[in-house]
Amino acid sequence: MDRIKLDAWVGIFVALGLIALMGLAMKVGNLTSNDIKTTYYVTANFENIGGLKPRAPVKSAGVVVGRVDSIVFDTKIYEAIVTMSIDERYVFPKDTFANIYTAGLLGEQYIGLEAGGDPDNLEANDKITQTQDAVVLEKLISQFLYNQASKEED
Amino acid sequence: MLDFFEKIGGTIRSKITRLGAATRLFFSIISYSSDSFKRFNLTIREIYFTGVLSLVIIVVSAFFVGMVLGLQGYYTLQKYGSSEAIGVLVALALVRELGPVVTALLFAGRAGTAITAEIGLMKATEQLSAMEMMAVSPVARIVAPRFWAGIITMPLLASIFSMVGVLGGYVVAVPLIGVDEGAFWSQMQANVDFNYDIVNGFIKSVVFGIACTIIALFEGYDAPPTAEGVSRATTRTVVTSSLAVLGLDFVLTSFMLTV
Repeated sequence: MDRIKLDAWVGIFVALGLIALMGLAMKVGNLTSNDIKTTYYVTANFENIGGLKPRAPVKSAGVVVGRVDSIVFDTKIYEAIVTMSIDERYVFPKDTFANIYTAGLLGEQYIGLEAGGDPDNLEANDKITQTQDAVVLEKLISQFLYNQASKEED
Repeated sequence: MLDFFEKIGGTIRSKITRLGAATRLFFSIISYSSDSFKRFNLTIREIYFTGVLSLVIIVVSAFFVGMVLGLQGYYTLQKYGSSEAIGVLVALALVRELGPVVTALLFAGRAGTAITAEIGLMKATEQLSAMEMMAVSPVARIVAPRFWAGIITMPLLASIFSMVGVLGGYVVAVPLIGVDEGAFWSQMQANVDFNYDIVNGFIKSVVFGIACTIIALFEGYDAPPTAEGVSRATTRTVVTSSLAVLGLDFVLTSFMLTV
């Protein structure tokens, strides 16, 4: 086989490989939808994060506005400190409420942000003070049983 | 009884010697690599033989693997009422595991054996010695171009495998079963991460490419110069490559999952 034909075939092969890789990145992966580029960090303390994991979405009104960056345990206050990276395009008031929700019945956990009414906005490295922990099923059941028991006493 | 232990010891010693020889070959390939980049048309020729000629088997098997994943995935997922997640299942299985691993196994069978047989026969017919006589290093002229061709080819083949497999899964899920097309792609895009899934799969395929190629080259280079020796070396290439790929896959996956 002569040189030009060989080069052409190899060129086709390499092009196919690169197209497949691009296809994987664009069509299968999230390279295109991942348009969160410049972000700022805010932290929030939770007494219990449940099954929240790094890279879990941070949503507000159901729209993904950022991701959980890291979760560490602070032995001074015995609480979890969750650092979130939030898209620069979105700003939230200082008294924003951070909740840990579960997507669906068995789905992954995410942080839901509910905007407050403060005129000042959260800035980089600020702390969200109002948080609500993840729902722990055992606590919920024991609370329910406790309520039932106290009702029967009345 | 003593014979028995002697045999065990001899086997282990010969394995270790061969490992050392393979490592030596690896480093001499690295040191001769500049030559194979200077005469890149040699490498292009090898890319043609290992890559272009493997395309058909890769594409066809990827399409069938994707279709089977689609069918099997649908069977399980519909029990939980989440058949839309089939796109995620097919894409993650292919990109993270099956793409690199099955491609490497096919690569070892299709291209690795060819490399071993070719180099083994060259050695048996004393072409390699003839080159040395002409002061041409066989490692630079024969071995190094094949090594680089293998490294370039393997990730490209694995990418093609994954992409075609996803298309196979799409063909089964959307037109045949009737899963919603939008849900199929959007759930896939929401759950397949470029950095964590696709790049990790790519890294795997590069590592498998290095492993398969170096094993094939070494077996050929080390084969006894007889017909029987070459045939045994070819068999060993497939066995060793497959085991190396599966073992490396476990190691790499356990590294990647902890991150």
